[in-house]
Amino acid sequence: MTDFLTDQQHAGQPTPAPGGEDFLVVENLSVQFPTHDGLVKAVNDLSYSVKMGETLGIVGESGSGKSVSSMAVLGLHDIKRSRLTGSIRVDGKEIIGASEQTLRKIRGNEVAMIFQDPLTALHPFYSIGAQIGEAYRIHHDVSKSKARAKAIEMLDRVGIPQAKSRVDDYPHQFSGGMRQRAMIAMALVNDPKLIIADEPTTALDVTVQAQILDLLQELQRDFRSAIIIITHDLGVVAEMADEVLVMYAGRAVEQGPTRELLTHPEMPYTWGLLSSMPDVTASTDARLVPIPGNPPSLLNPPTGCPFHPRCPHVDKVPGDLCRTELPEFLPGQRGTHHLKRCHLVNPDDIYATEVLPEIAPDLVELTLADNADVAHGDGMHGER
Amino acid sequence: MAGFIIRRVISSFLVVVLTSMFVFALFFLGPSNPAGPVCEASGKCTAERLALIEEQMGLNESVVTQYGAFAKGIFVDRTITIGSEYDCDAPCLGISYGTRGQVTDELLEKYPATLSIAIGGAMIYLTLGVILGVLAARWRGTAADRLLVGGSLLVSSVPYYLFALLAWIFLTLQWSIFPSTGYTPLTENPGAWFAGLLLPWVVIGVTFSTQYARFTRGSMVETLGEDYIRTATAKGVKSNKVVFKHGLRAAIVPIVTIFGLDFAALLAGTVFTERIFNINGVGWWALNSIQSPQDFPVITATVLVSAVLVVVANLLVDVIYSFLDPRVRMS
Repeated sequence: MTDFLTDQQHAGQPTPAPGGEDFLVVENLSVQFPTHDGLVKAVNDLSYSVKMGETLGIVGESGSGKSVSSMAVLGLHDIKRSRLTGSIRVDGKEIIGASEQTLRKIRGNEVAMIFQDPLTALHPFYSIGAQIGEAYRIHHDVSKSKARAKAIEMLDRVGIPQAKSRVDDYPHQFSGGMRQRAMIAMALVNDPKLIIADEPTTALDVTVQAQILDLLQELQRDFRSAIIIITHDLGVVAEMADEVLVMYAGRAVEQGPTRELLTHPEMPYTWGLLSSMPDVTASTDARLVPIPGNPPSLLNPPTGCPFHPRCPHVDKVPGDLCRTELPEFLPGQRGTHHLKRCHLVNPDDIYATEVLPEIAPDLVELTLADNADVAHGDGMHGER
Repeated sequence: MAGFIIRRVISSFLVVVLTSMFVFALFFLGPSNPAGPVCEASGKCTAERLALIEEQMGLNESVVTQYGAFAKGIFVDRTITIGSEYDCDAPCLGISYGTRGQVTDELLEKYPATLSIAIGGAMIYLTLGVILGVLAARWRGTAADRLLVGGSLLVSSVPYYLFALLAWIFLTLQWSIFPSTGYTPLTENPGAWFAGLLLPWVVIGVTFSTQYARFTRGSMVETLGEDYIRTATAKGVKSNKVVFKHGLRAAIVPIVTIFGLDFAALLAGTVFTERIFNINGVGWWALNSIQSPQDFPVITATVLVSAVLVVVANLLVDVIYSFLDPRVRMS
């Protein structure tokens, strides 16, 4: 953890095109699933946007709505089994309510998805080359042999050795890391402008994980695509993202530039995420603090702030506000680029004096000094 | 791959040999004396005559010797004495007590009828069942799905013989919608062959298809929930192609297994179908041979042929399976 808290912005990371157009705009998105037990409110009133060349990290625990919201971007929810409201615009085109034909032209072409577990996400009965070639031929009118050549080229590009002979292999003949590379090759075959990577490294071991993340960054530089990386791993976010969105119970609870958000988190749930991360370089005094309790039911979400039943700082908010009123998603003390959904008035002080000493005592001084100079953070990332 | 097939062929062969021993032992060591029907068929059966016939038929020899003679007959011509002497050309499965003809010849004569019924019926039930199942899976939860599932349950809850009998009585006798049934060899008159088998095909096709529809539906519903189906959609594959290419390709594998065994059962003779539709096939032949006076060589032959068919079907299923599923092919 210490690493990314103190690291400067990665040198290799592309800087977002200044003033670039938003490629993806999600506005007030809600996704609900009617079930026998009632309405599951998986995503509530979610808004974010991504520019070309930029990486957005969406963080949250299982069931926080991060995958559900990103699947909505490709219109992957069965309209008979789900209710979507709000607006999702890909390059200006509205996704919600769009025809199957419109969606098909976007899927895999303008927006491609990399799924979590490549063993189950790749068809077991078709060769890797056939699956990549199919993705290419859907959006390009070319012969099978041309598609095959393209598949070989892509496999080579993502670092599969002997791509020419491996192209006819089946997914089960690839190792986990190679499968994920093949999955990435398939996603990139049509030069998508936006790549949604849904926990792309969760099924992989740490070394391979690092390789895959490097590969994604490298490809992003070459293809200049926007990336949404969905993860529950803050390490991945620190490595990859320019901007972070923290989700809880289907809502955005904190959002800001990566470095800003990770060094000065303002929402107790984000503190919890940071506290529960193990760190080999930290002093042995640092404790690993899990977030107490369980993720809330999306059938009957808690009243007020959805995090209040698990929040250790409820008593610092006057009255019953946390239990009765949902906090708005507003800029906190640190400027307009850093949004949070929390009733706490002085989160930065609480973080520096109560949370940080527990998880990273060596950083307290730094952060306190930083807090005194709020403008510093603003200047670095600009207004959003 | 070749090694896998060779291993399977060898083990299948062993199974067939063991089955033939078992069948042989079952009938020749069973409670009734094979010489009995032969003795009774030729007038009054005295104890001396029975003993003579037993002696002639070699029933006094040890079982092993008898089985040896039987097994040898499959590869070389032999002479069998039942009252008088009969030549039995290889592959010899014995001489029928009833007709005194060679069992192998009769088998070859009756087999085309059974084969015709089985192939036609199987083609209908497989196509119909799989298509209905895929559609039901695709529209799962809708009224169309419930109608398909309910209808298939209803049809499959009617006993097959009743369904076949009613179909024949109403569709052929009463309303003459279908031509009268029976078997004409294909080589003799293709039109008559087709007309005579049409109703049996439809009846087998419809009744069996319900089971396949439900099975396919289950397999498809499971497959359509797989991650790789979502991947296909996310690539921009048309939804029809997602279902029929990506979905069915995976869902068909377990159906092939069941189909192989069902088809073998159908090939072994469909007693009801042949009786009701008046088709002189293997099933009817086998049924007649167990009725008194029992025709032991025919019983042995039909059971043995059924066993071989089941074993061969299993073998074929394994081979097809390895072509369908690359994960099996490689290992």
